[in-house]
Amino acid sequence: MAKHTLSVLVEDVPGVLTRVASLFARRAFNIHSLAVGPTEIDGISRMTVVVDAEGDSLEQVTKQLNKLINVIKIVELLPETSVQRDHIMIKVRADAATRLQVTQAAELFRASVIDVSTDSLVVEATGNAAKIDALLAVLEPFGIREIVQSGTLAVGRGSKSMSDRALKSLSA
Amino acid sequence: MSNSTPANPASVAKSINRSKDAAAAVSSVVEASNPVQGPNNIVAPTQMTGSQAIVRSLEELGVKDVFGLPGGAILPTYDPLMDSTKINHILVRHEQGAGHAAQGFAMASGEVGVCIATSGPGATNLVTALADANMDSVPMVAITGQVHSAFIGSDAFQEADIVGITMPITKHAFLVTKAEDIPKTLASAFYLAQTGRPGPVLVDITKDAQQSEMTFSWPPKVDLPGYRVVTRGHNKQLREAAKLIAGATRPVLYVGGGVIKANAHEELKEFAEFINAPVVTTLTARGAFPDSHQQHVGMPGMHGAVSAVTALQQADLLITLGARFDDRVTGVLSSFAPNAKVIHADIDPAEISKNRVADVPIVGSLDEIIPQLQEACASRFENDAPQDLTGWWGMLNRLRDTYPIGYTETKDGLSAPQNVIQRIGELTGPEGVYVAGVGQHQMWAAQFVKYERPRSWLNSAGLGTMGFSVPAAMGAKVAAPDRVVWAIDGDGCFQMTNQELATCVINKIPIKVAIINNSSLGMVRQWQTLFYDGRYSNTDLNTGHGTARVPDFVKLADAYGCVGLRCERDEDIDATIKQALEINDRPVVIDFVVSADSMVWPMVPSGVSNDEIQIAKGMTPEWEEED
Repeated sequence: MAKHTLSVLVEDVPGVLTRVASLFARRAFNIHSLAVGPTEIDGISRMTVVVDAEGDSLEQVTKQLNKLINVIKIVELLPETSVQRDHIMIKVRADAATRLQVTQAAELFRASVIDVSTDSLVVEATGNAAKIDALLAVLEPFGIREIVQSGTLAVGRGSKSMSDRALKSLSA
Repeated sequence: MSNSTPANPASVAKSINRSKDAAAAVSSVVEASNPVQGPNNIVAPTQMTGSQAIVRSLEELGVKDVFGLPGGAILPTYDPLMDSTKINHILVRHEQGAGHAAQGFAMASGEVGVCIATSGPGATNLVTALADANMDSVPMVAITGQVHSAFIGSDAFQEADIVGITMPITKHAFLVTKAEDIPKTLASAFYLAQTGRPGPVLVDITKDAQQSEMTFSWPPKVDLPGYRVVTRGHNKQLREAAKLIAGATRPVLYVGGGVIKANAHEELKEFAEFINAPVVTTLTARGAFPDSHQQHVGMPGMHGAVSAVTALQQADLLITLGARFDDRVTGVLSSFAPNAKVIHADIDPAEISKNRVADVPIVGSLDEIIPQLQEACASRFENDAPQDLTGWWGMLNRLRDTYPIGYTETKDGLSAPQNVIQRIGELTGPEGVYVAGVGQHQMWAAQFVKYERPRSWLNSAGLGTMGFSVPAAMGAKVAAPDRVVWAIDGDGCFQMTNQELATCVINKIPIKVAIINNSSLGMVRQWQTLFYDGRYSNTDLNTGHGTARVPDFVKLADAYGCVGLRCERDEDIDATIKQALEINDRPVVIDFVVSADSMVWPMVPSGVSNDEIQIAKGMTPEWEEED
């Protein structure tokens, strides 16, 4: 099923994450990834949700989300008109013999090494899902000890601001 | 702005981007008016406790009757409640009763029903009623006490995360931990419960919020940035709808409970007569259109009339008003009304194209949309005369005459339950209020009582809550004290919530309870008869004829201080009902002993197309072609 990225502005109140997450669960919609954080506006958070849904099912997801009282606005961010990034930290096995190879591989992906120990490195990278998959494939042979990955973050291209417009419609 | 709900995935994004903006643009009327319900008195800042603020807020919101039961975490609020001269608190015997009573009150009056319970078990006992109200879009507000905010999360005595528990079964749930938030939260709760698609709202208030001092003023500021209600239909969609209506040769008005919620029954009647389309009223919509009206072809669904089920199946256009294509109406969805285009008007955009994709979606309130639709049709018909519906009516009239709702006489010498219910309806008349439990008696009450006005038929349709009847009838009687209120109940249902008879007696709420006593969980038994080779696993209740009669309903009624009557013979039915109708100083409970073998017909067995409707076991109607 195709993945779609929804950018959801919500009131920053207790329970709002539960409401969104449980809605997906009880309506049997599949969340691929979820990223939550504050916005430039006090009291409003943004959730970036990547869902496995399309057509009528995607329409139903957004309508159900819209029904939640704490959800202020939903925009689907299309790949061609938005920038989408995942953030990953990878702990890779690397001793004196392989350390240089690992750091060189990381450099090719413009990833940075953020921790070094005698037998491992932590590589940090930002990019779209394809780039991250490629990086993982390159690091795999060295031995991956641990991965931590964020949900996708996304923002529309150009000067328009989603939260600006949402707030304008509120004060109107 | 756009109300469009495109099926085309490519255009979904656009509609998502615009949906909330669109709502903002259209709802200016709603926004401009004050969202605070009630008479909107101005109250200058006054010092009081949170619990006094709860009582005062309810008074300012115009609440006159509440149902509840106190306990530790709500005790502070019960103290000032005792002094209120404006609020009549009715002490129930179980919190579920308070919840259903609030529902019955709301369904009979159209106003928000209110119930109060304490934390933990008090709150969890409300859960069934909240879920029920959520399924059937009943406006109610539940206020629960919560443990002291410092104890939340510590597994304190009588602590339950009721906000978490009720999130999926309420329109919204609030937790209040500060006294100063009480007025605006209650005002928001009433606004949410009452507007848009109505529903239950829970307000959980910690004990310390009730006990702290605060400054009360009224009206408070309601701030719900994510909540918008679209009330007016979109003109382009209305024109599209008019075009389909003009071109339809087999149109049907598929009317759901939303018409009653929107108080749009008069608009519906006018519109239906204007376009001369047949009308079906679903289980929640009984009374939205008069049963006696020539254009009414019956209730659709699993136990619907042949004429109504067939009308939907054979339609070329469904004009869907406040209905939601529930599985009990559609049967197997893929085979439902296969040749029909669909106009779907609803105040909840999420209902449109949820189960059946709509060709013309219209979001808005039906009291505005229906007149708009009529106007759009009138202007369309000037240049595009509607189709001749004579053939369609000929077929439906024949079906209605050939297969009326009926029943067969019993073989065991006991009364036919259908007859009992029909006589209750006939002797009481359309001004009565009929409140059913869930099961066979509910279906018979939907079929055999004739409903002529909205809010005369209350039942638990979506959730199917056994035990709904007695407490909901109590709530309805409080809302409409001048009406005769019948709880038409089953012997199984009655045993789930009959403790509220005590509440009715003590508070002088003279409901009439007709127990349709077939000594079994009748609907389950019917399925066992039809689908489990008559193996009656755990459906015998031993309350009826020739059994141990545990309990004896007449003695039980007597013990509660009600009048208890028993009717075991056909010839006594009318006299017993008349006797009950004459008693108005206390509740009456009638044990109507009926046959356990009577079944609800027609029936569309589960999992098959509505075309397979049976008028009796193994008997399907003979289809005939339209002229």
